Order: sequence, then structure tokens, then C-alpha cells
Amino acid sequence: MKTFKGRVIAKGNFTGEAAVSHQGFNTLASFQKSALMKKKKVIVSDQNNKDLYGVDITNKILCLPITIGSTTGGLVIQTVCDMGINPAAFLFSEEIDSLAASGIVLAKVWQNSPIICIDKLGIEFLDTVKTGDKLEIKEDGAVTIL
Amino acid sequence: MIDYKMELTQEQIDILEGKKGDTLRKMMETLVLFGDIFGAKRMVPVTHKEGHLVTSFGIPLLRPLFKTMEEINKEGLKAEGGFTCDPAPLDYENVKCNLLEKVVFNKILYGKQEEYTEQMLKAGLVDKDSFSCTCYLEECGNRPKKGDILSWAESSAVVFANSVLGARCNRNSGMLDLFGSIIGYVPEFGLLLDENRRATWIVEVKTSKVPEAQILGSAIGMKVMEEVPYIKGLDRFIGSELDHENEAYLKDMGAASASNGAVGLFHVENLTPEAKESGENLISPNAKKYIIDDTELDRVYKSYPNMWKKKDANPEITFIGCPHLTYYQLKSWCENIVKSLKDRSKNKVNGQVILTSAPKVKAKFIKENEFLYKEAYDYGVRLSSICPLMYTNNPLVHGKAILTNSNKLRTYSMARYFKDDEILELITK
Repeated sequence: MKTFKGRVIAKGNFTGEAAVSHQGFNTLASFQKSALMKKKKVIVSDQNNKDLYGVDITNKILCLPITIGSTTGGLVIQTVCDMGINPAAFLFSEEIDSLAASGIVLAKVWQNSPIICIDKLGIEFLDTVKTGDKLEIKEDGAVTIL
Repeated sequence: MIDYKMELTQEQIDILEGKKGDTLRKMMETLVLFGDIFGAKRMVPVTHKEGHLVTSFGIPLLRPLFKTMEEINKEGLKAEGGFTCDPAPLDYENVKCNLLEKVVFNKILYGKQEEYTEQMLKAGLVDKDSFSCTCYLEECGNRPKKGDILSWAESSAVVFANSVLGARCNRNSGMLDLFGSIIGYVPEFGLLLDENRRATWIVEVKTSKVPEAQILGSAIGMKVMEEVPYIKGLDRFIGSELDHENEAYLKDMGAASASNGAVGLFHVENLTPEAKESGENLISPNAKKYIIDDTELDRVYKSYPNMWKKKDANPEITFIGCPHLTYYQLKSWCENIVKSLKDRSKNKVNGQVILTSAPKVKAKFIKENEFLYKEAYDYGVRLSSICPLMYTNNPLVHGKAILTNSNKLRTYSMARYFKDDEILELITK
């Protein structure tokens, strides 16, 4: 068991499975296909993402450095939250980027979404956590790899 | 009222307390919470009043977007300086679709297009010809000046405005672009501040010839992600004074760096305004270094996957112009295609060939180049102001062999990227 501590952007308690992207997570490219086709889960459709292409991330804990790509990113996060097919949590190793931050804030203010978000967990977190690991998130920003 | 950290004026506090309505309250709350995450100390006035929105598409699934627009319209809220918007998703006149594809576009994908356009017009959309990702081109008229504070989204427009025009804008998300334009303030952080406009990467271009803009941008984006690169060695190929040619180059390079990474600002030594003004003083101590030579460009190019179902299919549709072509790019593509076909004694291009540019650029081109336009048209070239990415969202076109010279379109679709000269060969051979 190893615990990491980050900054809370949107608080909550959750235990679930990790889906890890070691590279920048392209929000539009990743959610686009599943969201447009009104799927009941999100299968990552970003051809450039070697870690998560084809992986189901619905209700998972998405571990990533930052998000990248189109400035529709925030609205896309808000929309998948509205559809209820979002990852349960976003855990950033670095400081959250402006697009992901927009999405989390939009989802909170306009959708009242329970989405959890923690950033600044550090590079060691991303080096340690693996897709499929069970994680426990506490509302004080502690993340434990169980 | 929410807890917030930044200093607000009484007027801003009043909005946050809901004294000017619930919609404005939520908009202000969004901007303040957003700014607080990044340690913004205050909200600053948007000095270039004309906004630019990234969300041009009436996808019914985007319920939060339409609901918010509905609230904005209901309360009579409007962007003071108006706004332009990204390209429209449909153009049946110039981009051929079969009946089934049209059904998917009209009923499923963009079923709310007309309704959404009306909502935008009420909220301040300049006019129905204001749909382009290149709002900053002179023909389009939404061109900020150096030092202006913007409330824009659209990654390629933001990176251009910051880097080539010297304006100041964060990589805002859709929705926040409109909120800032209506409220007239944006949180002050990130690329609005001098200290964050300094380069943390030095990119040394050591290629033997001018690099393909879209591959250079892609390489830079994938390497530096959201950091600021200072690019050396590019001015020897594209010059040290901004003109229509190198502005078009930087438009394409920037778009690739913003979509393949998250670049919001780059400096090109001896060329872009802040690099000309401050030179290497813009480079942070301990900046990392990335050398791009012919081998590196080739490595990046070869890393792009071929997503076509039939890997060696003949081109069915070619999209040239993502971001939209400038007037001179549009003219040059038409001339080159016509010349290549004539040289080969061919009378048609291969497949559908769509050149995309802003409605106002397209109109100017047709007006000033009547003969060339007609010639290109007769050879099968179509001019459109569509967003190619929005077209490729249709699952029924996923099986089609789509070519593009855009690294952005490649990233968000199954289209295959080819260099400009390869595309010309493929569509005219």
C-alpha cells in the first residue's frame, strides 16, 4: 500500500479501478466516439494514446499528467458528466491544465456532478500506479494504491 | 455564495451574489472558481471585445450547452463586442453526402444546428458568415492587437493570437469563452501574465530544408505538451518579418502543436513579436532542449498510424484546410491542382477534393479569381467553409479513405495525414 497526497480540486471519497495514461490525455479524441454514438460507456478512441486506446474508462479513476488537445475539452467533460458515463475521478500527477479545470468546474457549477478531481500528486504517483490497480481516494486529497 | 480566494470588485461580488440574475451568477462562479484553481489574484477586463467560440455544432447530445444558451437568451444576455465562431459542420452543396449520411447528420449528429445558430445570433454571433477557425484573418475581421486580453477558445486561434499577434489569452474551454465575453472579465493567470509567457523549452530546428509546418508543430506539441517553446533556426527558412506566407505557416504549425500537444504560445526567434522584442531574454533558466533534424521529423511522420480499413485504398475524400486556408493558400492550392492536372492531361481530380476556408475568404477568392475558380471547379475541386472534423464525426464515413494535410484532423478522425506535395500527387495522378 502506498499513499500519495495532492491538491483537492473537487472533493469526494471513492474506491475503484485505475486507468492510467502516461502521456497527455486528449479529451476530445478520447471521448469523442463513445459520446457521439451515445454509448453507455466510454472506450478511449484516441489513436495517439498508447496506454488507453480501446480501454473502458467509465466510472474508473483516470490517472494522467494533464489533458491536451481541443479547447472543446471542458465542455466534453461537462457533457460526459451530464450523460453519466464519465470517469469517477481525475487524478493529475501535475498541476491541472486549463481545459480539464474548466470541465470540472462546469460539471460542478452547472451539473452538480459528483466528479472527483485531485491534482499535483507528483510524478512518482504516475510512475507507480498501473491500469487495473485498486485505488482509494479520500476527500482530503489522499490517494492510496491498495 | 461560494468561497473564493481572488480579490473582486463590488460589481463582480454583486454578480456572484446573484444580484444580476442566476445565469450571470453561475457564469461568474464558473470563472472565479476556474481562476482560483490557478491562483488568479483578480479578474481583468477583456480588452479585445470580440469573442471567439469553439462550439459551432448543434449536437443534441451537448445538452449542457443548449440549456446554458437557453438561459442566456432568456435573460437577454449578450456579448458586448459580439463573437465569431468555429466552422459550421455541414455543407451539402460542396461536400457530397448520400441519403443515409444526411439522415445521420441531420437527425443524430447536428439535429440542433439551426436552433443553436439562432441561439448564438441572439447571444451576439456577428453574422451567419462568421463561422471559421481563422477568425483572426484580415478578411474575417476579428484580429486582436498586441497586448489585448481575449476571451476566446479554439486551440488553433488561441495559439495564433498569443504567438503571432502577441495578444493574451488562456486556452479557455468552450463555454468559458462565451462567459468571459458576456461578463467582460477573465481571471488573470497563465498566459495573461509576463512570467508565464517565458519559454521553458528551446527547440532547435536543424533540418536541411523548410520543415512541413504540420509535422514540425506536431513534433513540438508532442514534446513540450503545454509548455512554451522558443523556436530557433526557423527564421532562416521563413524569414524575419511577418507576412501572409509565414503567418499561414505559423497558423498550421501552431494548430498542430495545440492539437497534438497543448501549446498555447510559442515564440519564433527573430520573427514573432515578443521574440523580436526580447530575444533570448524570453527563455527561462534551465529551459529544456529539443533538437529537430530531418531524422526526427521523419520519425514523427512515420509514427502516425494508418487508420483506414483498407490500408492502400484510393482516396475518396481529401480535406485541405484545417485550420481554414488563408486567401493565398487557397489560391495556391487551386493553381497547383489545376497545373498538375494539366501537366498530366487529366480532366478530374481523384475523389472529392474539398478546400476549406472562411466564408469571407472564400467569397473574396471567388470574386477576385473568377477564371481560376471556375477552372478548379470544373476539375472537381470544391470550396467549402465546413469543419472537416465535424464531417468525419459521422460514423458512416469512418470506412472512407479520407486524406488530409492537417495533423489536427488526423488526430480527431480516421483521416490519413500526408505532406502537401504527396497530397497533390495523390489527388492529381
